[in-house]
Parts: sequence; structure tokens; C-alpha cells
Amino acid sequence: MLLRALPRFGSRRSLHVFERNFMVYRSQWIMLVSGFFEPLFYLLSIGIGLNHLVGPLPVNGRLVSYAAFVAPGMLATSAMNGAVIDSIFNTFFRLKISHAYEAVLSTPLDVADVALGEVWWALTRATAYAASFIICMVLLGDAGSSWVVLCWPAAILTSLTFSCLGLAACTYLRSWQDFDTVALVQLPLFLFSATFFPISLYPHWLGALVAFSPLYQSAALLRGLSLGQFEWIMLMRVAYLVALAIAGITLAARRFQRILAP
Amino acid sequence: MTDTLDPRLGWSRWRRSWWYHAATYAHTWRGSVASTIFFPIFYLAALGVGVGHLVTQHTGLVQGQTYLHFIAPSLLATTAMQLGEGESLWPVLAAIKWIRNYHAAAATPLEPEDIYLGKLTWVATRSLGTGVVYTIVIACFGALQSWWSLTLPLIAVLITLAFSAPLIAYAATVQSDGSFMTIYRFAFVPMFLFSATFYPLTAYPGYLRPVVQLVPLYHGVALARAAAFGRGAWGAVLCHLAFLIAMAVVGVIVGRRTLRRRLVD
Amino acid sequence: MASDYVLEAHDLVKRFGEFSAVKGVSFSIERGESFGFLGPNGAGKTSTMRMISAVSQPSSGTLSIFSLDPRTQGPEIRGRLGVVPQEDTLELELSVRHNLEMFGRYFDLPRKVLRERATELLEFAQLSERANDKVENLSGGMKRRLTIARALINRPELLILDEPTTGLDPQARHLLWERLYRLKREGVTQIITTHYMDEAEQLCDRLVVMDHGTIVAHGAPRELIVQHSTREVVELRFGTDSHEDRHLQLAPYAQRVEVLPDRVLLYVNEGDDTLRQLHAIGVVPTSALVRRSSLEDVFLRLTGRTLVD
Repeated sequence: MLLRALPRFGSRRSLHVFERNFMVYRSQWIMLVSGFFEPLFYLLSIGIGLNHLVGPLPVNGRLVSYAAFVAPGMLATSAMNGAVIDSIFNTFFRLKISHAYEAVLSTPLDVADVALGEVWWALTRATAYAASFIICMVLLGDAGSSWVVLCWPAAILTSLTFSCLGLAACTYLRSWQDFDTVALVQLPLFLFSATFFPISLYPHWLGALVAFSPLYQSAALLRGLSLGQFEWIMLMRVAYLVALAIAGITLAARRFQRILAP
Repeated sequence: MTDTLDPRLGWSRWRRSWWYHAATYAHTWRGSVASTIFFPIFYLAALGVGVGHLVTQHTGLVQGQTYLHFIAPSLLATTAMQLGEGESLWPVLAAIKWIRNYHAAAATPLEPEDIYLGKLTWVATRSLGTGVVYTIVIACFGALQSWWSLTLPLIAVLITLAFSAPLIAYAATVQSDGSFMTIYRFAFVPMFLFSATFYPLTAYPGYLRPVVQLVPLYHGVALARAAAFGRGAWGAVLCHLAFLIAMAVVGVIVGRRTLRRRLVD
Repeated sequence: MASDYVLEAHDLVKRFGEFSAVKGVSFSIERGESFGFLGPNGAGKTSTMRMISAVSQPSSGTLSIFSLDPRTQGPEIRGRLGVVPQEDTLELELSVRHNLEMFGRYFDLPRKVLRERATELLEFAQLSERANDKVENLSGGMKRRLTIARALINRPELLILDEPTTGLDPQARHLLWERLYRLKREGVTQIITTHYMDEAEQLCDRLVVMDHGTIVAHGAPRELIVQHSTREVVELRFGTDSHEDRHLQLAPYAQRVEVLPDRVLLYVNEGDDTLRQLHAIGVVPTSALVRRSSLEDVFLRLTGRTLVD
């Protein structure tokens, strides 16, 4: 089904949207670089203090330091934050403030090319983000095993999922004030997706609710990979993230179409 | 009776500027009210209760407090800082450069100093409101132990002013918002995390402690903690107070000038 | 079959839910001509423009651009078009020059070619000195000229301009008109929407008048005026009197009388004669003006409304 959808979905021309973003970011790179640093600062801060206050935690029968427990969650968070800055904030600007996309549509590119181009860009950014964060994890001694390299593709998938969801979400925003709402979604996701403590601390029903959080699924997947603990449920987590990505990009393409070329 | 304003009666003019800012806020309050109420609850639930559970299991009390109680006052302090920061960079540059409503205000009997002080008092007003909400939320989590904690909203105002006054002064001098993101990510996020906010100063290695004590937010956090628990050496408290007041005063002195230079000269 | 028409539209309809913005319009545009769409805001001009720039699909009717079908060959068509939208959609985050070069990349043009063309077009738009400025800092007229220059980056065969001079000061308008003449001489077909009469008369070889989503008249500007109006118009203003009351009194002296809130228009062949006759019977307006008929009068005749209201 995916194969059948692909040829219709965008063209090689979508790479020009990537090119455009690259051109803009040559002057705004600090914004992107800084998005990466936030979770790193969290990791450092936790390494200094909380690591000792909390002490080691059991994960699937293995005791790991608190910093090693939190690090994959921060990796997932960095993927989410990058997507919020890029796919929601910047895309909103081009869609509703500068109307730059309208200009793009008067060229041979069509709406699917625009959406796909944004995804290419998001993927590239995610690849760089994830690689540098994983290197930091290793240097700080927060990687649980050498399987941590598998966190790389998994973190890229996380970015993809959040970017697709973000592209869809930004089409519903009406003004800058709606970014308060974005923060109101982003913060609980960050705090409650079993990023800072195991999901087992929740009452059963609440844990079941948290399992719907894509950030939780990603953090759990990354934690398993970082510690080298492989389980079948990881495939479920991957499938969930892929499904959300497809749903997000499909909705985004439809909403873009409605806004840009009614 | 004439309608001219006595130049010495500053307040009669800058309260107009205060009103102006309040009226602007009235259009956009919904989102920020939700975050004012929910953010402290989220943080206290996740870090205070969730992580606090883990801390209690492993370490027990932190400086004689449960972890939840330990971090509750620091959240008030960090929020007060974030309010001062959020209100003082982009909104000020927007009012000067993009929407240009400060220029419009400067064309009325208002002096740039009035605009500056009106803005500052408005930010302080919001901080007071936020401080009251936070104090109530913290009280609901059972983290207040002394009558001194009634001063927490005022401490929030002081912290906000200590950041807002110099930041407005700075925002009045820049041509673009290019540096704001850098300041936010590389000054305020680390400050939030490294001001002995989430664990005591003693967790830092000895050589780092004096550095942490130079971070402005550290003094806000320490002050809030002293008030919430009703303990703290007078000397230390006065030192924290002096540090924050000094920041605010220097900010006001510089800010009145920079805004005048930007709007009038 | 090769056609002399760059664009042929037959019975085009555009619906948004229940609302029909365009209710069945037909027109053909010849190679090399300047074709105008004249009408007030909300007449359906912009919806028509979006269909003929192969961005939005017609709800029904047939449309062929360069003898291609926009439903299936949109990218190919857009590759040969230049579009100047009603509102500037420049990249605020990029410099003036980069706006041109980046836009050209969407047409798959090589960077080297784009550098040369951008230099040429900056010259054309009189923006060479601002090449490295951010777009944010340009004046309204400069932004408009940059938008037009941008639309030319792919050397389009057909240029579509939606309200090109709205919001510009007179000097900036004349500069733009001059640039558009120059393009016409170079053989670029142009489609222009406007609600300014003088602009339509200056720029368009042929035009259609649109109102409420339909075409109410079409032809060359002069033809339309001859067909739908008299040679001259006398505009009278009367101090505080109600203009309505003047209708009966003035009707015998003109072929047609239009009473507007602020003035009375008399449609006649010899304006000065009419004025003398009015003086003779004691009609003394506070001001009187004799002018030639314009498209404004045609529009008033056809729709009963003025264009700018």
C-alpha cells in the first residue's frame, strides 16, 4: 500500500524545499543548534545532582544509574523539541504569516512536494541531532551498552513521527497565541512520558493512558536499545510510531491542500 | 483645571502605560492563565511526586525536607524568572520595532521613562498574580511550613523585576531578535537547571559552588526556600535580597536611558 | 492542433461548499496580448486567477493553458507561468537576491543561470543596490517590484498579475506600468486583474468586466466605452442639497443620469453644451467637471455600482 502511495506522493522537486530551508538556516543555525542543547543540559544537570539522590533503578532486572535511565528519554525529547521548532513554529510562519508556501505553489511544485520537502528537511536535522546526542550519551557514560548505536535510527524515526504530527498540528493554529496550547501539550508529554521515572510508578489505569504517548513509546524503545534489552514489544512500539507518522503526514497533506489550493 | 500633567508626578503618567500593557494582555490572557495554573501542577506532580518517590526510596529527606517540598519553592522562583524573561525580550522589541506601539505612546505626553516604568510595573503585577497562584498550589502540595511563606508572592515579584529590568534595557538596544534565542537557550535554560533548583548546592563539587552562587537565579531559589520553610540565616537572606535588588536597580537605571535613546533620540 | 490561444476557458465554475465564487465564465487569451479582469472586490477575480495559474482546480468547466490540461499537467504549466499574487509572498527570512535565486531553483534552473538572471532582474526592478538587504526592510513599492521580478525568473510565456498596484503610491504605480509595457513589447502575454479603471485602460488590449462571479461584458477598453457609455460625462456637485432631488430636473438634458451619494453624473455627447444649457435654466452646481467617459462609467452602467466602494 505504501509503495502504491509513494509515486503519487510528491516528486523529486520536493528537494528544492529542502534547499530553501537550508538557505534560511545558514543564517538561523543557532536556533536549531540550541534546540539540541536543551535536553543535553538536562542530562548534565541530572548527572551532577539527581543521579545521586535517586540512585540506581532496576530496568528489566538490571540495575542502571538514574542518568542512564533518563538519557534515552532526553534523546526522545530532543527529537520532539526539534520537531516543534521546525515543523510547527517555522512551518506556521511560512503557512500563515509570510505566505511563502503560496509562492512556492505557483512554481512546478505542488502541495505534496511542499509537505514532503519539509519531511526531508526534518529527517536531515533529526539525523544530525540524534548522532550528536548519542555521542554525548556515550561520553557522559550514560549509554547502557554498545547497542546504543541502534538508538540512532530509532531517534530518527521519533523525529519523523513528531515532524509529521507537527505538520498536521500547525495547520490548525490560528495565531501566535495558540502556541500557548502547543506548550500545554508539549510539557505534560515531556514530564509524564516515563521520561523521569518508570511507568510502573503510575497506577495501572494511568500507565495504560501514558502508553498512548508517542514520547513514551519512543523513550521506552530507545531505553531498550540503549541497554541492549531486546523484546518483541519493541516492534509494536516501532509500528506505533510509523503508524502515527503516516497518519500525521496524510492529514498534513490534506490540510495543506485545503489551505493552500482550495 | 487644566489637563496638563505635573512632570514630577511620575505615577500619574506611567500608570497610563501600565493600563496600556494590561489592556493588551486582556486580549491574550487565556493561554497564559492555563499555563500559569497547570505548569506548576505538572512540574510538582512529575518531579515532586514521581521523581520524589524515587528519591525518598533511595536517599530519604533532602536537607530535612521531602523532595517534593524541597523543589516546590524553587519552581516558584524559576517561574518568576521565566515570566520576567518572556515578557521582556520579544514583546519589547515587537513594541519598538514591528508593531511600533511604543513609538505611538512616545508621541503622547508619556516620556520613554514612563513607558519603561509602566511596562515594568505591569510585569510585576503579573508576577504577583502568578506568585499567588503558585503559593496556593505549593500550599496544596503541603510544602509551606512557615508564616514567612506569605512573602512568596513578593519574592516572585522581586525575582521577576531582577530579570525584567535589565532585559528590557537590553531589548531596547538591539536591532533584531537574533540574539534572543541564544540568550534563552544558553543562559536561561542552564540557569533553570543549574541554580541548585532540583538538588542542593552541596551536590556540586566544591570548586563549582562559588560559581553557582554567582548565578542570579540561585539567590531567588535560596530566598524562596528560606521563606517557604521559615529557616535561613539572616545574613544569607540579606545577601540574596541585596543581589536581586541590585540587579533590578541597575536594570532600571540603564533601561530608562536605553529606551529613551531608542524612542526619542 | 496548435492554437493561437495561450489560454482557453469554457464555463469555468469554482465552488467553495455552498458558495459559488465563479459562476461559469468563458474567455480566450491570445498570444502576446494584455488581458484584463476588471471588477470590484469579491467579484471572483482572484478565484479565477488561482484556477488559471493551475493552483486550484475548477469545480466544473474546461480549462486549457498552453493547450495543456491543468488537472494532469499542472507542474508543466506552472513551469511556463509567472504569477504575481495579490499580496506579496516574499521570503522574509531571505535577502532580496536570495529571494530571486531560491525561487528560480523551484523551476530546476541551474544556479549559474540564476545568478545571471537575478542580476538582470534586480536591474529591471531597480533594486540592484538593495540586493543584499533583508526583504523586511524594503518599502511597499520595492516589495511589489521584487515580487514581479521574481515572477519573471523562469522567463514565463504568460504573466498573471493579481492587483499589481494596489496600495502603491502614484509614482510607484507609474514605474510598474512602465515595466509592464516593456515586458509586453518583449512579447510576454499578460493577464491583469485590477479595480482601477485607469490601470485597465492603460494596460489592457482587451478586458472582461466581472461582477458576482460572472462576466458582464468583454471587449477592448475603447469599444466597451463606446458600446456602453456616451462620449463625455458631466460631473456635478451641489452643496448641501439632496442629490436625489436633482434627477427629474436634469433628466431631459442627458441620455442618462446617475445619482451617486456625492455627485450627479450626466451622460452626454457634448459636455460643455450641456453645462451652458443648465446655466441657462438656472442650475448652479458648486462644482462642475466635464470629462471623457471611462471604464468606471461602463461598470456603473453594467452593475449599478461604482468599482471602489
